Amino acid sequence: MTTVALKPATMAQALTRALRDAMAADPTVHVMGEDVGTLGGVFRVTDGLAKEFGEDRCTDTPLAEAGILGTAVGMAMYGLRPVVEMQFDAFAYPAFEQLISHVARMRNRTRGAMPLPITIRVPYGGGIGGVEHHSDSSEAYYMATPGLHVVTPATVADAYGLLRAAIASDDPVVFLEPKRLYWSKDSWNPDEPTAVDPIGRAVVRRPGRSATLITYGPSVPVCLEAAEAARAEGWDLEVVDLRSLVPFDDETVAASVRRTGRAVVVHEAGGYGGPGGEIAARVTERCFHHLEAPVLRVAGFDIPYPPPMLERHHLPGVDRILDAVGRLQWEADS
Amino acid sequence: MTVMEQRGAYRPTPPPAWQPRTDPAPLLPDALPHRVLGTEAAAQVDPGLLRRLYAELVRGRRYNAQATALTKQGRLAVYPSSTGQEACEVAAALVLEERDWLFPSYRDTLAAVARGLDPVQALTLLRGDWHTGYDPHEHRIAPLCTPLATQLPHAVGLAHAARLKGDDVVALALVGDGGTSEGDFHEALNFAAVWQAPVVFLVQNNGFAISVPLAKQTAAPSLAHKAVGYGMPGRLVDGNDAAAVHEVLSDAVRHARAGGGPTLVEAVTYRMEAHTNADDATRYRGDSEVETWRAHDPIALLEHELTERGLLDDDGIREAREAAEIMAADLRARMNQDPVLDPMDLFAHVYAEPTPQLREQEALLRAELAAEAESEGTAR
Ligand SMILES: Cc1ncc(C[n+]2csc(CCOP(=O)(O)OP(=O)(O)O)c2C)c(N)n1
Repeated sequence: MTTVALKPATMAQALTRALRDAMAADPTVHVMGEDVGTLGGVFRVTDGLAKEFGEDRCTDTPLAEAGILGTAVGMAMYGLRPVVEMQFDAFAYPAFEQLISHVARMRNRTRGAMPLPITIRVPYGGGIGGVEHHSDSSEAYYMATPGLHVVTPATVADAYGLLRAAIASDDPVVFLEPKRLYWSKDSWNPDEPTAVDPIGRAVVRRPGRSATLITYGPSVPVCLEAAEAARAEGWDLEVVDLRSLVPFDDETVAASVRRTGRAVVVHEAGGYGGPGGEIAARVTERCFHHLEAPVLRVAGFDIPYPPPMLERHHLPGVDRILDAVGRLQWEADS
Repeated sequence: MTVMEQRGAYRPTPPPAWQPRTDPAPLLPDALPHRVLGTEAAAQVDPGLLRRLYAELVRGRRYNAQATALTKQGRLAVYPSSTGQEACEVAAALVLEERDWLFPSYRDTLAAVARGLDPVQALTLLRGDWHTGYDPHEHRIAPLCTPLATQLPHAVGLAHAARLKGDDVVALALVGDGGTSEGDFHEALNFAAVWQAPVVFLVQNNGFAISVPLAKQTAAPSLAHKAVGYGMPGRLVDGNDAAAVHEVLSDAVRHARAGGGPTLVEAVTYRMEAHTNADDATRYRGDSEVETWRAHDPIALLEHELTERGLLDDDGIREAREAAEIMAADLRARMNQDPVLDPMDLFAHVYAEPTPQLREQEALLRAELAAEAESEGTAR
């Protein structure tokens, strides 16, 4: 067995590598979006692709999100696998008509005759000091649309593996990239990237016995930090990284909560009508007799994403998570 | 120094990087819609083509009448008739090669049928048994599209993809006058022109978007004028003149196939029926306007041309009508059979593989159906 040297790599690099490998492996993969060509994207995720594969395979489009996704639909109809980049979360909204009215339904309305293998990359979430419209967490909108897969990586290895899986999928995948993790480093083997599980599997990032933190994307590192901090209070927290919001891995989540008997859902998106409500309901339906306390949510406030100087008050942080964990001692309190 | 003096000092040279772009004149549409029937140009048109167009127009009109009748019998939920617009529908179908693609709007059932789609399959959307009753790849007809103008960027993307693959495929996309106000119309035209995609846009300007007349839809001199701003030619054609529509679309398709890029064609026509069978057109237009257009009927125009030139006699007319009747009788008979639906289809095509959540819901419905069948069995 050969041992490979693990090198530090960023999530952005892993994503670039995934795009490059996908394009090299399959000539039908086309990358398109605003500034993805010469510039390599505003986050440089498409860096070098136009040079390596030509501008027909990595295309700077006109500045029009509905047009980008709408033309991608036609390209997919003709046998290509478009990977479109939406420059920022809130700038994907002009494309929602195409996304919801066509991308998500084409397979269904044609009884499977016309699947659309489109990957929609959306940098999302806050914590980077972005001005208005650069920090939204729009996953609830996507989750509410049948026909779409919705995935979001939290580690460098997952960024690679999930993006490869998304591009290979015959269904449209909304690929949410936590932009504050773009530059987070991990030990990774960039020479021999490892494949990950297919879309739809959650992983236990940290095993624990006393409660489960259910989370995804940018909140995963925060939850891991909270789990470390909670040790001082005598809590041994398990952290489940969902990785895929659609399909949802009920099995892994329920198994964890049955073991620990307590759960907190953590995400940046607003709580009301947010993913956490759905997750809490699913956990309650499956684990009611195992629960020692109600499933709690730690979410962003129910406000339009705040200006950057106030975002630290909005984003769920370690303290707010620990507070919620404290409230899980339901019996003692009630 | 006063402002006026400053202005005097300003030399009106163009900004440094300015270069005049292409001369817009060749892109501009003619002042009057292009016509062929009744002009000398008609003599140049292949008589075979004229006869073919005629037969299709007659069949198309009958199809519209039959489909409308089916709504009255409750066999169709709704039908947006294209009576009066048959010349556009038929020409759109006939100018395309087999490998080309048609992108219809919800009103363009007739174009799909003229392209060879089974009339019953073309009506499933409107009957309500399934959204798209055909495999789009089989006839290269995109699903009939209900949201306005959203099919236009699809046409551009498909045409672009075909060109990237080296196939000389053209996409023809249909849209109404109202649809030209949608953002997707703009984005599609812009993408098409920038990419020089082999796509032809046909606007059927039938005067109204449901109740809203063109004057309230746009302030442009014509819809064809919109092409100029994108850098593509705009063409204006008499939409009731089947030979003219066929000619203009053929030119545009040839131009696109040869790598010349997109064209925007506006066909000036009229919707003789209400928006759909559910609409009351008397609320927004008067009889005299409708009568004016009735005198410009696409079938009458072509019939006149053909009979004048001795290319069609009473027998020929009867033959065309009989063929249309046969089609209508077959459509009626088949539409009067209840479609057989499998409720489990609800889950079959949401994803390539159903999610675990869908599998649970599938099991629930299966159990419900079994219980239903059992109780029906005991009731009997
Ligand atoms: C995005 C969208 N908005 C509204 C409607 C409802 N609607 C259906 S047809 C129609 C009018 C369309 O007019 P036009 O584009 O001129 O086509 P026509 O019906 O005249 O063929 C409207 C408003 C729709 N289908 N899609």
